[in-house]
Amino acid sequence: MTTVKELGTYAQNTWCPGCGNFSILNSIRKVLVDLEEEGLDLNKLVLASGIGCHAKIVDYIKVNSFYSIHGRVPPPITGIKLANPDLTVIGHAGDGDAYGEGIEHLIFSAKRNIDVTFIVHNNQVYGLTTGQFTPTSPAGFKGRSTPGGSPEEPLNPIDLMLSAGATFVARGFSGKPKHLQFLMKAAVKHQGFAFIDVLQPCFTFYNTYDFYNKRVYDLTDEAHDASDRKAALVRACEWSYGEGERIPIGIFYQVRRSTYDEKLLAGRIPIYLKPGNIKSVLEKHT
Amino acid sequence: MEELSILIGGKAGDGIRQAGQTLARLLNRMGYRIFFYDDYPSLIRGGHNFSIIRASKKKILAHKEKVDLIVALNQDAVEKHRHRLNSGGVILYDSKKVEAQGVGIDFMGLVKELEGAPIMRNTAALGALAKVLNIDWPLLERVITDTIEKEVDLNLKIAHSAYNQVEKTCFSVPNLSQKMLPLVSGNEAIALGAVQAGLNMYIAYPMTPASAILHYLAEHEDDLGVVTIHPESEIGVALMALGAAYAGAKAMVGTSGGGFALMTEALSLSGQGEFPIVFVVSQRPGPSTGVPTYTMQGDLSFVIHSGHGEFAKLVLAPGDAEEAFYLTGLAMNLAWKFQIPCFVLSDKHLSESIFSFDADPDKVKPEDPLLWDGKGEYKRYLDTLNGISPLAFPGNPAAVVKATSYEHDEYGITTEESEQIARMQKKRLRKKKTMEDELARYEQVKVYGDPESKTVLLCWGSTKGACIEVAEELGLKVVQPLVLEPLPITPLREVLSDADKIIDVEVNATGQLAKHLSGHGICIDDMILRFDARPFTVDVLLEKVKEVLS
Repeated sequence: MTTVKELGTYAQNTWCPGCGNFSILNSIRKVLVDLEEEGLDLNKLVLASGIGCHAKIVDYIKVNSFYSIHGRVPPPITGIKLANPDLTVIGHAGDGDAYGEGIEHLIFSAKRNIDVTFIVHNNQVYGLTTGQFTPTSPAGFKGRSTPGGSPEEPLNPIDLMLSAGATFVARGFSGKPKHLQFLMKAAVKHQGFAFIDVLQPCFTFYNTYDFYNKRVYDLTDEAHDASDRKAALVRACEWSYGEGERIPIGIFYQVRRSTYDEKLLAGRIPIYLKPGNIKSVLEKHT
Repeated sequence: MEELSILIGGKAGDGIRQAGQTLARLLNRMGYRIFFYDDYPSLIRGGHNFSIIRASKKKILAHKEKVDLIVALNQDAVEKHRHRLNSGGVILYDSKKVEAQGVGIDFMGLVKELEGAPIMRNTAALGALAKVLNIDWPLLERVITDTIEKEVDLNLKIAHSAYNQVEKTCFSVPNLSQKMLPLVSGNEAIALGAVQAGLNMYIAYPMTPASAILHYLAEHEDDLGVVTIHPESEIGVALMALGAAYAGAKAMVGTSGGGFALMTEALSLSGQGEFPIVFVVSQRPGPSTGVPTYTMQGDLSFVIHSGHGEFAKLVLAPGDAEEAFYLTGLAMNLAWKFQIPCFVLSDKHLSESIFSFDADPDKVKPEDPLLWDGKGEYKRYLDTLNGISPLAFPGNPAAVVKATSYEHDEYGITTEESEQIARMQKKRLRKKKTMEDELARYEQVKVYGDPESKTVLLCWGSTKGACIEVAEELGLKVVQPLVLEPLPITPLREVLSDADKIIDVEVNATGQLAKHLSGHGICIDDMILRFDARPFTVDVLLEKVKEVLS
């Protein structure tokens, strides 16, 4: 069995001290170790990431990985899962790439219900490009591209994913790692598109640690029925990524629906497919 | 009869292409070699569509401007094409709808009388046409039975009734004793070539003129052992394909220029991450939306230079269905051999035209890429003498496979160290040299016509068919590079070394091949360019070449 330490690599960690990404990294490592104990073959696991501070996570974990480009995590992980549905696939993305550059892919992943896990490191700011507003930054956010304050309202990704048809919609907080690990484990085990928006302070450009710490509450403490889509929508709209008093974290919604890979592949595994007989097909061309 | 050209024209929704294809099958079964050209605007109903079916005793790869017979389902078909008629040519027309001289039959009346649907006028036209060509009824009966999917009996009744209404035959089209060949479009040949080389997944967003690859593979998924996917956008398409390749599936994507513009981000990722992938780019007139359902060779420079950063790619340009088959198979095998992006550069004229297909399927086989031997620790980007790092795929119990868009070390971990960066750049570019050595084993440049002639028609892709016939007529030499990147400069110099006059023939406005060659010191003497979105026909090109030579 692999230990958390053995999942590390020689890559030098370059996140800022206090970065919320550390908690996400430690959590996913812990979850992978736990899942391996429960029978998951780590050789059949693929992690993917986009571009931004979050994305370095794949350099820090010794498992198969696909370090993609900005906004483009969902398409390659869809391709990986479809090529070999025996693989377990987890995508990591930032709020810039998931909700900005690549939002079409995210919406389609939810719509199709592809059986992958998608974890968004949402710090509401572009870190690696040194502090601009993102799709989830609150209105009036003063960043380097919006010194006078962002003129846009933030996007509510929980609401969006529920509307798009995701079958597992959750929110975590990097400041609550145990809870986050519970969400990650449930997401990986979920059959279908499992989405977690992880609230994550950026110590350098947007330190929201206190803001979140004072406001987050666990949905399981309030008798939330995660199979009730309407209830999930109500909870999703309780906080819309701007001001607010209470921020729910936990599983908003979970339902089993047949997945894209199940329907599209119907038992076929593309990497093992053998070419058909084109001669018999050509006979139909006369 | 050596050859025969027939134009069938009407409005969109009249079933023109269907009728043309059935006619092509009929003549094909009689032993003729076929070239089928389809001309249609970007709309679903109305407008003017026509197909030209050219049948010949010998192999042909192009159509002619002039035709022997016009089948007119509407007045436009007469007005727009009357000038094409050869002397002795005949117009067969729907007598209540069209005014013309020739053989008039009341197709509409006949269809109504037999209670057929209006679209079955095309079947009536086929019936009458078979009689005009003096083809025995049972031959047509058989083809209709094999071709038409719905209401076969009613269609047969209509065709037979029209057949009997024609009083005299105008041509005599005998059966030839040649073996019958399959009729295959360029797009179908691309699909089949990929399948023979082991295609597992075809991923595409619909875009004319490449869409038929997706349609064909989707229709024959089970027979061909392929999974087809239609994602949200061309960006999604290309990135999905890279994910599939990373997992070990042979993937191909297909589009036209505008769609490929969206894929160039993924193209560079395939260069950096060394993901094998085949891009089919079927050109149509641009820039931008351009003329969606017509043809152009306007994206050669774009494709050759596509992608940011420096990396090796292979661009192959087939000129007919057989080359489309072989070269797509080659593209797939070399993409995996060198772990690079490979292109099949087609255009509407190749993709959607239909050819008598005489390729040998057994000449294309899936080739195994270089796989990791399982010894030691796996390094995805192992620095090797020829630049090729052994492949392993996720799921391998002994390997951790780390692929990345970032510059990286051998293991696949991000690096910003100067030595490491230069080393990896060199490693990847070394594959280009390895690939050039490999390509030298293949026929990279084709020569047709009179190989001794000092006047050369230089062409690429679908322009080949018209060039060959013109060269045969005038005793000229044709030179057609099949590989456009990396340019096969040694074999090109060899076949062009004793040329006095090189005439570049391209379907674009600036002579992109000529420009590409001039960068390698090969100079062109004259250019014949066509850029009205139509392909060169044999007779039009013949006149142009004569002008240049006079």
